[in-house]
Parts: sequence; C-alpha cells; structure tokens
Amino acid sequence: MDAATPDSEQDIGRQAARTRLGMWAFLGSEVMFFGPVFFAYLYGRFMWPQAFEAASRGTDLLCGAVNTAVLLTSSLGVAVAHLLADRGAYGRARRALDAVVLLGLAFLAIKGYEYVQDWREQLVPGPHFHLQGAVNQAGAQLFYFVYFFATALHALHLTAGIALMLHCRRALRRRPGRPTLRRLEAAGLYWHFVDIVWIFLFPALYLAGRAL
Amino acid sequence: MSAHSDAAVNADRAAPARAASYLHDGYTLWSWLSSRDHKRIAILYAVSITAFFFIGATAAALMRLELFTPGADVVDADTYNRLFTAHGVIMVWMFLIPSIPSVFGNFALPLMIGARDLAFPRLNLLSWYLYAGGGLFTIAALLLGGVDTGWTFYTPYSSVFSNTHVILTLAGVLIVGFSSIATGVNFIVTVHTLRAPGMGWFKLPLFVWAIYATSVILVLATPVLAITLLLLAAERVFHVGLFNPALGGDPLLFQHLFWFYSHPAVYIMILPAMGVASEIIPCFARKRVFGYRFMAFAIIGIAVISFLVWGHHMFVSGQSAYASMVFSLLSFMVAVPSAIKVFNWTATLYKGSISFTAPMLYALGFVVLFLQGGLTGLFLASLSVDVHVTDTYFVVAHFHYIMVGGAVMAYLGAAHYWWPKITGRLYPESWARLAALIIFAGFNLTFFPQYLLGYEGMPRRYHTYPPDFQVLNVLSSAGAAILAVGYLLPLGYLLWSCLHGRPAPDNPWGASGLEWKTATPPPQHNFDRLPDGSDPPYDYPPLQE
Repeated sequence: MDAATPDSEQDIGRQAARTRLGMWAFLGSEVMFFGPVFFAYLYGRFMWPQAFEAASRGTDLLCGAVNTAVLLTSSLGVAVAHLLADRGAYGRARRALDAVVLLGLAFLAIKGYEYVQDWREQLVPGPHFHLQGAVNQAGAQLFYFVYFFATALHALHLTAGIALMLHCRRALRRRPGRPTLRRLEAAGLYWHFVDIVWIFLFPALYLAGRAL
Repeated sequence: MSAHSDAAVNADRAAPARAASYLHDGYTLWSWLSSRDHKRIAILYAVSITAFFFIGATAAALMRLELFTPGADVVDADTYNRLFTAHGVIMVWMFLIPSIPSVFGNFALPLMIGARDLAFPRLNLLSWYLYAGGGLFTIAALLLGGVDTGWTFYTPYSSVFSNTHVILTLAGVLIVGFSSIATGVNFIVTVHTLRAPGMGWFKLPLFVWAIYATSVILVLATPVLAITLLLLAAERVFHVGLFNPALGGDPLLFQHLFWFYSHPAVYIMILPAMGVASEIIPCFARKRVFGYRFMAFAIIGIAVISFLVWGHHMFVSGQSAYASMVFSLLSFMVAVPSAIKVFNWTATLYKGSISFTAPMLYALGFVVLFLQGGLTGLFLASLSVDVHVTDTYFVVAHFHYIMVGGAVMAYLGAAHYWWPKITGRLYPESWARLAALIIFAGFNLTFFPQYLLGYEGMPRRYHTYPPDFQVLNVLSSAGAAILAVGYLLPLGYLLWSCLHGRPAPDNPWGASGLEWKTATPPPQHNFDRLPDGSDPPYDYPPLQE
C-alpha cells in the first residue's frame, strides 16, 4: 500500500483539492442550514412589515456595527495567517491566528453584552416580552425570536471557528508543513463563511427599518 | 453428514484468505468499532440498520394486528399513535434514508470507481457513530414512552400540545441528519477526486451516479430539516411562537420547511434503489444498459425536480390555490425522468439472456412495485383526486409501494448481489428465490388492499374503523404476516451462509465493473494495483442474434 502511493507532490496536491472540495460541499450544506432562518425572517417581514420595522429599531446598532468591523478584521487575519504560513513564516502566522482568536472572542463578548441589554429591556421572547412603542407585540416578538435564534446559531458557529483556529495554531507549532497548511486553508474557508453569514444578518436584523 | 464433507466444510472455513482480506484485518470488537475501512464501516451500518429495521417492523406488525378487527382490541388510541410514530420515525430516518447509501454505497462505491477508500475515512467512521448515537436517542425516547406526533412532527401539535418525548426524538433525528450530511460530503468528494485513471463521468456505473445525486440531495436538503427541528425545539422549550398561530406564528411555515426536506428525502430513498436495479438488470440480462446517458441524466433530473415539488404535500393545508396548481404541474414532471428509467430497464431486458437469480427477482420486483407506486403518485399529484384521498390509506399504500416496495426490495437485491463480494460466501440460491417471491406476494397482499381502502375513504392514523372495511383490512394484515416471514427468511439464510456458505469466486455473476475485478472478499486496500477505469460501463459482450 505504502509503496503504491508515494508521498509525491502530485498526491499532496490531490489531497489539498480533496480537503477544499469537502469544505465547499460542507459549506453548501451550511448555506441550506441558515437558509430557513432567513426564510423565516423574510416570511415575518412580509406578513408583519410594521412590527418587524419597529422591532429592528430596538436592536443595538453600535454593537452590531462594531461587531461587523471586528469580524471583517478577523477574516483579514485568517487570510494573512494563511499567506504567512504558505511562505514558511510559521511564527508570524501563529501570531496572526492569535489576533483572529482574540477578535473572535471580542465578537462573542460584545454579543453577550448585547444579549444582557436585551434581557434588561425585556426583549427576550417569552411571557415577559415587551417592546416599547410597538403596536403589534406578537409580530415584534417573532422578530426577536428570529434575532435570537439567528445570532445564537451564528455565535455557535463562531465558537466552533475559534476552536478550529486554536487547533490550526497548535498544528502550526507542532508539525508545520503541507497537511497543516491544507487544514488552515479549510478552516479559513469556514471562518469566511461564518463572516459572510454575519454580513447578511447585520443588515437584516440591525439596518432594515432604521431609515423609516 | 459424513465425516468427509464435514472435513471439507472445515477446510473451507480454515482456508487461508488470499492477500489478507479486510475481514481478517483484526478480530476484536474494537478492530471493527475503530476501523476506518469503508468496507468494515459498511458492515457496522448493515448490522445497526437491520436492527432498526426489525424494531420499526415490530411496530408495524402491532399496528396491523390492531387493525385486524374494527374495534380497539390490542392497543388503545394513545398507544396506537405512539406505534405509528415509532414506525415512521425509525423506518424513515434509521432505515430508509441511510440504508442503501450507507451500507452499499459505503461498501461498493469505492470499489466500483477503483478507489482505495472514501476521501475522508475518519469522517466516515464518525458518520456511523453519529448514526448509532442518534438512533439510540430515538430508542431512548421509545423506551421512555414514545412520541405521538407522527413522523412529520406537525406544529402546533408537536410544539405546544403533545406531552410526549418530542425533544428527545427531535435530537435523535437531528444527530442522524448530521450523519447523513457527513456521508453525503464524503461521497461527493470521493466521486470527484478518487476515480480510477481513465474513468470519466460517463464511464461511472449508474449506481455511482445514483449515490452521487443522492449525496447532493443529502447535503442540500438535510440541513433544512436540521434547522426546522431546532426551530421546533426552540418553540417547544421557550414557548414562543414561530409556528404557533396563537403566538403570531404560522403552522404553514413549518410544513413548507419540513417538506422542503422531506420530499427530496423520498428521492434519497429511491435514487439509490434505482442505481441498484441498474446494476443488477444488465448483469442478469447479459446486456448493456439501454440508453446509459439518458439513465444518468434522468438521475440528475429527478434529483433537481425533487426540490421543486414539496407543495404537493400541502394541497389541503390552506396554501394558495395558485401555489397548489404550480406544485401539481411540477409533481407531474418527476414522472418524466422516472418513466425514462422504467422504459430503459425494460429495453435492457428486451431480448436479453435473462437468468432469474435472487438479485434479479428482487430487481424485477423493484421495477414492478416502483411502477405501481409511481403511477399512483400521478393520482396524488392531480389536485382534485388528491383532495379526495388526502390522509387516507390510498396515500399510505402509495408511499409504501415506493418506499418499501421500491427501497426495501432494492436493498435486499443489493444485499444478495454484493453478498459474495462482502462475505466471500455464496448464499443458498433456492432459499433466496423463495424469499424474494414470498416478499413480493406478501407485499402486494399487504398494500394493494390499502389502495382500495383509501379510495373508499378509510382515513390513516386511526386504530378503529367501520366494520365495512374489515375484509380488506384482514387481507392487509394477513399480507403483513406473510411479509414478516419473507423478511425473516433472508436474515436466517444469509447469517447461515456467513458460516456455512460455499466460498465465492471473485466474480460469481460474471458481472462487469471494477468491484468484481478484485479478490473476494476484497483485501484491506481494495486493489493490489490501481485498476484501469477506461472500459465502458456494463461491458457485456453483444448477444448472438
């Protein structure tokens, strides 16, 4: 077996293509995973437009905007880390990953702060839900159901992303080389995907309805 | 038995395998549970899936027992609800969806494309653990008292009113779903990157095409189910309404999301079955598949259209009449590629040199039953007829013809076809033929009366019925008893053949295809030398006129 499959340059290239295709196929399924949440949002926005507009004005625009910046910067960090690792600068690649992990944690911290504020303002769906100034409380509650569900799901994905980055960082330290680089690339694709989900969530949940 | 034949059997059993077959690569339980060999994982799947099949079948048997008489004699209404839910949940998610892809896709697909393993062997093992774990959640829910929502988990009943173990069951289905996604990703990447040199896309066996298309559906549809079940769980736990109309939600939203997965899921069950038939029929007719390219395109066509027809489950749900008309039209379109496949199997058989072996009997049974199920599917795609028979036994009969008559027949056909390759043993052919005939007869006796029952108006999901319906119900229950015998027979003689069957040659059927070109059972790494994939598929020599 080993004699028949030498560790040739060609084999390594094929392995990388395999990992990349696997990650893309998985991301295809992730798109469909988030799909129904966006569908539910569109459905609610179509059925109860006023309630959804009013409710979206209750979100914390500053936190959302800062988090968008934080996440986009982290994506840059992943790209830089991959570039550095590709050129053999493993130490600097690890430092870039440190920054990515810290930015990811910062995002989660800001999101947590937002959740606490929402809790205080009675915006968590349930018996105590109350959005000040909203005529249709049921519609507004539906918005917040989607808001919490979508952002929590996103945060869960981000947590998995942070774990992946820590894993890649350790691999870069212990056994730098082509397999690790391949893994970092796949992890990077995943991180960018989580980032892109937020790019859609931010305008849908925070911006739509603000101008009115 | 004479001492001489005893010794011969023992010698067969003790005969050293050539080139260390995968079966001889470690004998401990752990060597199986930690194996990354796709062939061993296929067997792990086969064992667990068979166990779930018989659990689900037991629930069905109890239901048929209850329906033997018009009154409530065996179980009460509540227990009956839990029985049909257990039957549905276990059969759909633990048996039908994973059965052919996870067992025979896992075992045969890498061999058929000349690969040494799947692209991600560790992920493959993880898929099995997810499957087994998710299945255990469902079994736990069953042992704690079961669920009464039906396998469709329709809201708001499942999200608000049912006081059974909905969350536990949802968790089980969710975990099994992730197993499906991982398996799908693995197959897609394998088919793309690990084909033998020279094997272009239009040289792939149709079984590989079918598993590939199935994997695409698995990857794109299963996450929708996963998130829908999570939303349902969130509504149930936190008592906020996304689907509950009392809280501002919409139950139709749930049905749209649920059927967006669950209709393609039917094709997850039937496409691999079609792939199996496309392997067996040319082999035992000694002919090339008629219209190979059309067969491949039909597979893709079915996979694409499968995503566009979910609304035919909602004709009477209150969706707009306009939507119903569109979904009705789209549903008819699925019949086109399906008919192409049936015509092409028939054309393959035409003037073929047909041998009625056990796999062939199962494959022919599959074609006949799929044809019946498919034609009654056209009844149900017609808006006006569907309104008449919605939620009656007509629907029950229809989807059992497709899912049991189609998928289970093909599963058994695949099991017999690849059995010598998997175990290195031949099964007793006459027993196998007898079982195929018993299953075919028992199946028709069970489900054909249900068409009539449904057409006369017997609703599904009830444990009692007016006495007028009794004759047909008795026939159906009697058929179920015959079917049970038919299902137990293969379990018996196949297990027997594991120990006492005659050793199989490398290619017992004289079949074409790379999986028959390696040793039986295959060595751990499938091929000692990477095979050449440039021969056309189904390369059977032309018959003499």
